[in-house]
Amino acid sequence: MPTITYHQPGGDTQVIELEKPDRIMQAALKNSVPGIVGECGGQAMCATCHVYVREEYLDALPEIGDDEEEMLEVTASERDERRSRLGCQIEVGGSGLEAIEVDVPEEQV
Amino acid sequence: MGAQQTQNQSSSAAADQGTRGVVIIGGGQAGLQAAASLRSEGFTGQVTIVAEEPGLPYQRPPLSKDYLKARLTDGSDGADGSAGTSASPLPLRGEAFFAEQDIELRTGTVATSVDRQAKTVTLADGTVLGYDSLVFATGARNRELPTPGIDLPGIHGLRTLADAEQLGAALDTAKNVVVVGAGFIGLEFATAALARGCQVTVLEFAPRPMGRALTPLLGDWFAGAHRDLGIDLRLNEGIASFEAGDDGRVALAVSTTGDRYPADLVVAGVGVQPNDQLAAATGLETANGIVVDARLRTVDPDIYAIGDCAAFPCVHAGGPFRLESVQNATDQARHVAKVILGADETYEDLPWFWSTQGPFRLQMANIVRADDETVVVGDADPAHPKFSVLCFRDGILAAVESVNMPSDHLSARKILAAGLEITREEALSAGFSLRAAYKERTQPAAVV
Ligand SMILES: Cc1cc2nc3c(=O)[nH]c(=O)nc-3n(C[C@H](O)[C@H](O)[C@H](O)COP(=O)(O)OP(=O)(O)OC[C@H]3O[C@@H](n4cnc5c(N)ncnc54)[C@H](O)[C@@H]3O)c2cc1C
Ligand code: FES
Repeated sequence: MPTITYHQPGGDTQVIELEKPDRIMQAALKNSVPGIVGECGGQAMCATCHVYVREEYLDALPEIGDDEEEMLEVTASERDERRSRLGCQIEVGGSGLEAIEVDVPEEQV
Repeated sequence: MGAQQTQNQSSSAAADQGTRGVVIIGGGQAGLQAAASLRSEGFTGQVTIVAEEPGLPYQRPPLSKDYLKARLTDGSDGADGSAGTSASPLPLRGEAFFAEQDIELRTGTVATSVDRQAKTVTLADGTVLGYDSLVFATGARNRELPTPGIDLPGIHGLRTLADAEQLGAALDTAKNVVVVGAGFIGLEFATAALARGCQVTVLEFAPRPMGRALTPLLGDWFAGAHRDLGIDLRLNEGIASFEAGDDGRVALAVSTTGDRYPADLVVAGVGVQPNDQLAAATGLETANGIVVDARLRTVDPDIYAIGDCAAFPCVHAGGPFRLESVQNATDQARHVAKVILGADETYEDLPWFWSTQGPFRLQMANIVRADDETVVVGDADPAHPKFSVLCFRDGILAAVESVNMPSDHLSARKILAAGLEITREEALSAGFSLRAAYKERTQPAAVV
């Protein structure tokens, strides 16, 4: 089963098993993972689904789209050039990426 | 200090009245955020949300966008190859949130009356809730069309998850779709129906789409762009009646010009009306929404209104205004939480909005006015648009509309929120970009 692991700034960790493919933001909202807001509903319009992807998963990620790129410039917590992504733009399960671990930033709004 | 005060009040009230604290009527974008913000601001009293709709509160914007995309049976990718279009609604917060934050969520019931003397709210199921502070976050409902035949099966509105579920299913078999009203929801639905292979006609009474919200320039641009996509957009043409076919379902839409359009599915998107009836019955002032002051408070100092239902003095619109957007709902909710906890600040957040219509991502920063002077920056070719319409008042940048230009939109939001001045002359100069202008204004002066 595909999994998404969310590491909180305080050290807590939540592992979500996906019954079907889902995106990092959407799965977080459905499973009440704190620290991911998703205010625009996944349209790459708000940057409140910012996550830092852990190093070992970076190679498997899809490319950053233009919209995502522009949104990443305005995240509430500082962008990490390598690891910052929008959680609403990354799908886990079914697209070659079966597991991922992300760090949730301190701030989203 | 404010928090302390409210806490004391609520605990002393709790002694003689049972449960007291903050009651929020409405479990939408605004109501949920108000509850969440009360907790994140440190409020420890009782927080109760009364929500008419069943199930977990959800986000509305995807209902007219991702939610309508074709879905495979496993609920994964859409037919267009876009990732992760899941058939389930997107909750505003997960189930665990309510227990963790000690927020009582009463779903599937409505608040039916408010007693301002006793400070109680009565629900349809008979429950009586006491409050110290009451927040109306009742949202809006679809405006009803008085058109003959409007009750025929096959004619829908699009406001709730239940609406979107019906429409998503109807799109599996629909062939001829008629959309009444070329506003945001109508056009979002129209592009979704087009992508699902339907023939789509949009009837709009006004001379241009999204007329109330966009500059005439961008409205005209969208009229052309949507026609290029293949939507049959009929302007200056309203709906006169609907006619049924042999099966008793809608089959035909007849317009005010007498033209007849085949229709097996109709969506009426002709705007909304605020849910302000309960507030009016409570003796609060209403005028196209529940009237509140700049602190989002009604004439009753313990009662507030936020989101789609609230008519507030908007500094950016220059008068009383009601805004229907996620930004307005969430920012007003954050504000009201602070006011309830004792802050004495007026609400002045910059309005912004987005809409996704097929290949067009529209974003607006601030409210445009009909007499704004406009400057277009970027490439407005409908085949691959990437541009912004800059709106000037007295020669100074006042609002920005962007198509597929999120960096312009975000720069505009920052420029306008910070009160930085961009002149029309500057915008007309070669190579001007909002992002560069913003960076230039905010970079620390170079050390000489
Ligand atoms: C299909 C759709 C797409 C949208 N797309 C966008 C978009 O792309 N961008 C954007 O910025 N905005 C969009 N919006 C607008 C945005 O969703 C609203 O502005 C926002 O939801 C307003 O939040 P609210 O809490 O004020 O009202 P709502 O979210 O409508 O919530 C109010 C709730 O209160 C309930 N209620 C009413 N009366 C009572 C009562 N007496 N007792 C109990 N409950 C009651 C209602 O049933 C409702 O669930 C869209 C709206 C729709 C419908
Ligand atoms: S949810 Fe808004 S950018 Fe991802």
